[in-house]
Amino acid sequence: MKKKFWLLPLLACILMLTGCGKSVNDQSVLKNAKQSNTIVWGVKGDVKLFGLIDVRDGQQKGFDVDMAKHITKHILGPQGKAEFVTTTSQSRIPLLKNGNVDAVIATMSITPERKKIISFSKSYFDAGQSLLVPKNSSIKSTKDLNGKTVIGVVGANSVANIKKVAPKAKVIELQDYAQAMNALKSHQGDALTTDNGILFGLAVQNPGYEVRGGTFTVEPYGVAVNKGQTSFTEAVDKAVLEMQHNGEYNRLIKKWFGDVPGFKYKELYRR
Amino acid sequence: MINIFAKFSSQLLVGLGWTVLSSIIALFFSLIIGTIFAIMEVLPSKVMRVIGHAYVEIMRNIPLLVITMFFYLVIPMYVVKINGFTAGTIGLTLYTSAFIAETIRSGIQSVSNGQMEGARSTGMTYWQAMRYIILPQAFKIVIPPLGNQFVNLVKNSSVLAFVAGFDLMYQANSIASTTFDTINSYLVVGVLYLIVTLPISYYMRHLEKKLG
Repeated sequence: MKKKFWLLPLLACILMLTGCGKSVNDQSVLKNAKQSNTIVWGVKGDVKLFGLIDVRDGQQKGFDVDMAKHITKHILGPQGKAEFVTTTSQSRIPLLKNGNVDAVIATMSITPERKKIISFSKSYFDAGQSLLVPKNSSIKSTKDLNGKTVIGVVGANSVANIKKVAPKAKVIELQDYAQAMNALKSHQGDALTTDNGILFGLAVQNPGYEVRGGTFTVEPYGVAVNKGQTSFTEAVDKAVLEMQHNGEYNRLIKKWFGDVPGFKYKELYRR
Repeated sequence: MINIFAKFSSQLLVGLGWTVLSSIIALFFSLIIGTIFAIMEVLPSKVMRVIGHAYVEIMRNIPLLVITMFFYLVIPMYVVKINGFTAGTIGLTLYTSAFIAETIRSGIQSVSNGQMEGARSTGMTYWQAMRYIILPQAFKIVIPPLGNQFVNLVKNSSVLAFVAGFDLMYQANSIASTTFDTINSYLVVGVLYLIVTLPISYYMRHLEKKLG
């Protein structure tokens, strides 16, 4: 009797593994959300301006978070609740696929590779990749990167992009933006690369560093949902469109990016 | 799983190379440092004992990641520039050396007092007795726990991933996030770790039998 006990946890594991793979994709996220009156969003927790955990109250705050709240209200009505789960560039797709979150709105660019395994809403923000360097750096643009060390974040497509524009640059990937920023400060690399929105956020937090070289890619951010959840994707698209029409979108842009030095936020306005 | 390995074999082998290199360097130095501190812990001099204890307790009670991050982020800012691989290997060495010191110390103390007294009475100095009588017996006793430490060391080398040390775990993260095939990426890497650690386990077992 006693000998068979190890079988139980093993069996439980197998059941869990086989169990969740199927059920998530079969259920309608939109239907579930309407039943529970809640949408669970995966957001960033370490990206200033988009999704940053405020240490005072433990809440995530940023443009992505506000967008998620507004989209939730548009889909579920004024009583609708938005719940937030902190994700990283690395964990956001697995969490979505496992069904831990209904949707991900976490500075995620729409790319063909990602489209193969998840679906995206239409773009809700147009970012572009850029460089963050110390103010005294000699790096002016991506042309100066060859032979230099560039810091990126695991799971972000910015790493692949930098290999295209500067094939001779050495790229190191760190776990998240906070660590990448620390590594830049410790001179582990000469520049930090990712989308300009995130970099401007880092520059706000770290005087002495600035965004340079303009944008060298187009990174349209989209809301990521599981494949097959067409009704939910359409609902998100509709909500974003409504927000653009009634000016909510522009207000959010102004709220988060209006005070960022060097950031031309008005170019992001949508009607 | 096979697909991932076929597609990324060069990247994975590079990772394996860095993991093995880091492990070998850390193993070599942590064994030396560990032995030194183990001897310090059993010396008659109280000052030496206190220093030995302090080192061991500090190093083994701080998480490996913290030690490594210290060498990756703090030291380059104020002292000297070291890259992720070096920082990770230094962290790994110091951390493991504390455990090895404890292991070897327990080995030395399990050799009965009579051995030291007997050696000294034949005219050996303290260090001669240590070198020729006590340590050989101690090492023989601690081979099984030492084997554990070696296996742990190889596994702990995955800390390099957090400081961009290009090891197996780093490559796994990188592959998982480009292919989105999380399960298989980590499975492949798990198997590669086994390829390194299992031979160590079996060799240690063999050694234990041979000497025991």
